[in-house]
Amino acid sequence: MDYPSKIARQVAAVPRSGIRDFFELVLGRDDVISLGVGEPDFSAPWHIREAAIYSLEQGHTSYTSNLGLLSLRRAIAGYVGDFFKVDYDPKSEVLVTVGVSEALDIALRALINPGDEVLYHEPCYVSYMPGIAMAHGKAVPVATRKRDGFSLKPEELKKAITPASRILILNFPTNPTGAVASREDLEGIAKLCVAHDLVCITDEIYSELRYDGGDHASIAALPGMRERTILLHGFSKAFAMTGFRLGYACAPAPLTEAMMKIHQYSMLCAPITSQAAALEALEHGLPAVKEMRASYLQRRDFVVKRFKEIGIDCHTPGGAFYVFPDVRTTGLGSKEFALGLLEAEDVAAVPGDAFGPSGDGFLRCCYATAFEQLKEAMTRIERYVGTLG
Amino acid sequence: MIDPLLQLLRRSGRFSESELAERLSLTPEEVTARIAAWEKDGTILGYQAVVNPGMTGQSDVTGFIEVRLAPERGGGFDRLAKRLAKFDQVVSCYLMSGGYDLLLVVEGGDLMEVASFVTEKLSTMEGVLSTATHFRLKTYKENGFAFDGDEDPERLPVAP
Repeated sequence: MDYPSKIARQVAAVPRSGIRDFFELVLGRDDVISLGVGEPDFSAPWHIREAAIYSLEQGHTSYTSNLGLLSLRRAIAGYVGDFFKVDYDPKSEVLVTVGVSEALDIALRALINPGDEVLYHEPCYVSYMPGIAMAHGKAVPVATRKRDGFSLKPEELKKAITPASRILILNFPTNPTGAVASREDLEGIAKLCVAHDLVCITDEIYSELRYDGGDHASIAALPGMRERTILLHGFSKAFAMTGFRLGYACAPAPLTEAMMKIHQYSMLCAPITSQAAALEALEHGLPAVKEMRASYLQRRDFVVKRFKEIGIDCHTPGGAFYVFPDVRTTGLGSKEFALGLLEAEDVAAVPGDAFGPSGDGFLRCCYATAFEQLKEAMTRIERYVGTLG
Repeated sequence: MIDPLLQLLRRSGRFSESELAERLSLTPEEVTARIAAWEKDGTILGYQAVVNPGMTGQSDVTGFIEVRLAPERGGGFDRLAKRLAKFDQVVSCYLMSGGYDLLLVVEGGDLMEVASFVTEKLSTMEGVLSTATHFRLKTYKENGFAFDGDEDPERLPVAP
């Protein structure tokens, strides 16, 4: 059979993930210290796991409402109201999804007509471009720069807006750079969204993991934005619940309803066990979030300091659990550096260009790994950089 | 929130000063000075290893003894509690709310040693009204450390 002719064009056009290539290389080796993960090194707090077990014991193994358990949606609306200062109606404006990944996918599919332009800042999470392309949209990345701390500057966004622009995706703090957005920049971006009638999808998955002291501000809370924003959030990062696959979308009722149409026919509902765990997380998990954040902060400071000692330029990220050092001064590109480091020292870090062309020359290092491992990894990186002369 | 340096020391007293400094982005001198101050003012009382008795080949016995006391005018239970706490066999001594007054954790080389402490020292003390002794059968967790802990779950080495 001529398989290529059987594959949908928009799927065939999506390139293979750079992370997957690298993953295969790492899998073939033993004793690798990995800075390549995109998840916490903690297991979910025990009381959250125990709530999932209890839910199973009680025989809660059925479907839930397509939107998700009402008790969970109420808790989400309460949390989002407190944390982001935006209020949503749990009955019609909150949709529980299978991770933010599903929420982003259905948001894009609910909004995009073929050829619509979707703006996003880059380097960015690996699924944005493919998600847009598979929904028949046109991906329009806006490159961010190291000197701006990889934040999105309104003037750069403005240059990329065209009459076909429909959607803007934001993700602060950012995977892979740890970038955060200042309130001033967010306000500038919000004005552009209003002026050009853009819908903003804001991926808030790292919002709790901010280290710069200030309260996290979501664009959804800025004037004129609630009505045009889909706020995506979930439990994976802050509560260390990646494998539970649980996220949510908060948006005005007509947008939630549109996403819901796709969700109900594709996913039906998020797994009930994960929903029980998520409810426990919101009700009793916040002290654990605080503790984990404090631990990430210690490790961030250590890693940034070590890169400076090694002589590799590394901006101090304001959030998430990644650093994004600039390896260009070594004379190597991202891939060469990462492959060389893996070969020579068995340390895995993801080449920056896996997160878009503007990430070339950088390396994503996740510091959510045990301190001893982190220390050893930095010693090995120092040794490797020494051999590059 | 508890001081991060104190928190690390509570987790492990074995961290060296340079390791602590590294983890907290402090100078080793700063760490040394702060620990010295805590040791001096009694914030830090000491450092211990948490030992799994099953691995040492010794059959130490631990008794948890509920003690009811006659309170004294002026001092309540303090004088008697302090007196009891002075015995070497007593490793912990707590004043409790509820059905009894003091909880003593007592260690001995064998059952007889704990029993003789109870019958000879404790019960005979003026002001001790009654005692109830419970012996430990097995330890699952101590001072935050699980015995026979689970192995770390596997994680993907590279993930988006």
